[in-house]
Amino acid sequence: MLEIRNLHVKVEDKEILKGLNLTVNKGEIHSIMGPNGSGKSTLSQVLAGKDAYEVTDGEVIFNGKDLLELDPEDRACEGIFLAFQYPVEIPGVANTYLLREALNAKRKYNDLKPLKHVEFGKLAREKMKDLEIDESFLKRSVNEGFSGGEKKRNEIFQMQILEPSLAILDETDSGLDIDALQVVAKGVNSMKSPDRSFLIITHYQRLLNYIVPDYVHVIYDGQIVKSGGKELAFELEEKGYGWIEEEKAAKV
Amino acid sequence: MSVDFEKLADQEYKYGFSTNVEQEIAPVGLNEDVIKMISAKKNEPEWLLEWRLEAYKNWLKMKEPDWAFIKYPKIDFNKISYYAGTKNVERPKSLDEIDPEIRETYDKLGIPLEEQKMLAGVTNVAVDAVFDSVSLFTTFKEKLAEDGVIFCSISEAVEDHPELIKKYLGSVVPKNDNFYACLNSAVFTDGSFVYIPEGVRCPMELSTYFRINAENTGQFERTLIIAEKGSYVSYLEGCTAPQRDENQLHAAVVELVAHEDATIKYSTIQNWYPGDKNGKGGIYNFVTKRGRCIGDNSHISWTQVETGSAITWKYPSCILEGDNSVGEFYSVALTNRYQQADTGTKMIHVGKNTKSTIISKGISAGHGQNTYRGLVDIGKNANNARNYTQCDSMLIGDECGAHTFPYIEVKNSTAHMEHEASTSKIGEDQLFYCQQRGISAEDAVSLIVNGFCKEVFKELPFEFAVEAEKLLSVSLEGSVG
Repeated sequence: MLEIRNLHVKVEDKEILKGLNLTVNKGEIHSIMGPNGSGKSTLSQVLAGKDAYEVTDGEVIFNGKDLLELDPEDRACEGIFLAFQYPVEIPGVANTYLLREALNAKRKYNDLKPLKHVEFGKLAREKMKDLEIDESFLKRSVNEGFSGGEKKRNEIFQMQILEPSLAILDETDSGLDIDALQVVAKGVNSMKSPDRSFLIITHYQRLLNYIVPDYVHVIYDGQIVKSGGKELAFELEEKGYGWIEEEKAAKV
Repeated sequence: MSVDFEKLADQEYKYGFSTNVEQEIAPVGLNEDVIKMISAKKNEPEWLLEWRLEAYKNWLKMKEPDWAFIKYPKIDFNKISYYAGTKNVERPKSLDEIDPEIRETYDKLGIPLEEQKMLAGVTNVAVDAVFDSVSLFTTFKEKLAEDGVIFCSISEAVEDHPELIKKYLGSVVPKNDNFYACLNSAVFTDGSFVYIPEGVRCPMELSTYFRINAENTGQFERTLIIAEKGSYVSYLEGCTAPQRDENQLHAAVVELVAHEDATIKYSTIQNWYPGDKNGKGGIYNFVTKRGRCIGDNSHISWTQVETGSAITWKYPSCILEGDNSVGEFYSVALTNRYQQADTGTKMIHVGKNTKSTIISKGISAGHGQNTYRGLVDIGKNANNARNYTQCDSMLIGDECGAHTFPYIEVKNSTAHMEHEASTSKIGEDQLFYCQQRGISAEDAVSLIVNGFCKEVFKELPFEFAVEAEKLLSVSLEGSVG
């Protein structure tokens, strides 16, 4: 489904990703872990198409298509969803409005008829119940005045409505208390499917107690330096990231 | 794949067509003969001609104002024609008497002149259609007359209701008020007249649709609305013009009078031709709009959505004379391409416990320059006056500008003043967020801007709010590449 080969990315002349390789197959859950500044969030932004990031080498193939050639909105319509680390506020734009526009843009892209208000409302209310979100949520402006937990829950809610084939969660666990974390995890787990893959970017192992990954990768200095099963996450939790650095230094 | 703010698409102005119709056009230039000709065309009484000529004499002595934050080549007032009337139509009794070409124009503009059509639809709006210098037709006159409401062209009112005209014309905006108002007083051609009798709630929305068609002519309309004690009216004006390379002048005057317990809601959707992507052509819109809250507990509310014109210069104002009277100003002004807008309001508090609210949303894109200019004046007898002002500016791209000039004069220490202002650049992050959800950059800009304007749009009658949102989206097209 997703094939990243030798990806090099620069931000303002500073190289952040230095030849990153990663393959994610259908239905798999991959977790990307790493210390601050290792390039975790850069990876998520580049996959989503943020233009401040310059790809200097390498390629990304998504479902047979050259992802880097596509506009961000087309990537979204192709099935990529990014749950943002810091979701933005859009004053005056109701949640329901943004989401219906988004869903219908995606449906249009895939030659489907737009959903009517009533149909959309029904769908939204169903999903909201699962995420323990209050109905007033729909009318409120996008993320405006939301608490950190509400913002993250809103991201998961949007993900549930848009049903992506690849969901990227960028430090969704940061700033969440244990209850909110469980709700978010429940939302993600309910979406697991043989046709859907997840890329879970996190600094801590905590979230992975609730969303169990098939693979864990450690990113360091712009490359994936270690991959393993879920037990790798525990190892990292125990030892910290220091030993990765030492291991890498020893190789050089 | 990136959002390119610099690139301005060559977006067509939807209402840029012109109508090929035989018109009677006054020779270019301004002199007493032209004014006499206009006055004669309209069968005006002697006093009104005198009134016009007096204004003209004063105007000759006046200087064009230069304090606004706008730049444009000097207007040669002798190169403009001051009258363009449709031939052969005196005062049509039915729509059949109107030139089919013109009727088609209104169809194209989406303005229904057929009452049956209106009744079949959901809207409940009476329309006065002003084409260049002449009001063509007013719908639902008879139905409104049942409630004693007078809705007609100002020319008609001069003939049929001279006592009202004599009493109120120039009572809010004196004929020598300012350069453009003075010019208007000399040469005004048509416009709408509304009279709501005591205790009547006007049963439908009233609206005037202004269309400039003829080349090299100016449009100088004059609108007068009087709301008697305890009455209510909601009025809306819309404006469009053909796409032409030359700039055209529009200098209107609007006067509102609200008596005790009366409410006037005045909404404008201004979509004059804004000029092309290089700043060529477009309407120069110099307008004086003012309302007097004469009676206690009276209420005047201005709502404007200004998306058109090469230059907009207007400050719809309220003079709050009656105790407890309320003035409101809700504005969205959008400048894209090379458009310039200097707009705002004046709230003059005279009576006790008077209250005013100002919400201004300025959006600049392309090379647009957008200025808010406002005055809040609390008079020495205006005990417990309150004002709330909020000015928000949004910038799209790097070549545009937003400016704010708020003036506050308080002569009474019991006044409560609140002022909030903000300037934001449309966030790359907001755009990216929407795009990541599958929404195109262009749709995302329109979504974010519409959100920004929500507080103003909610003041518009429902159908017009929908219209305004669409208009804003169209006007923004090409602001991102």
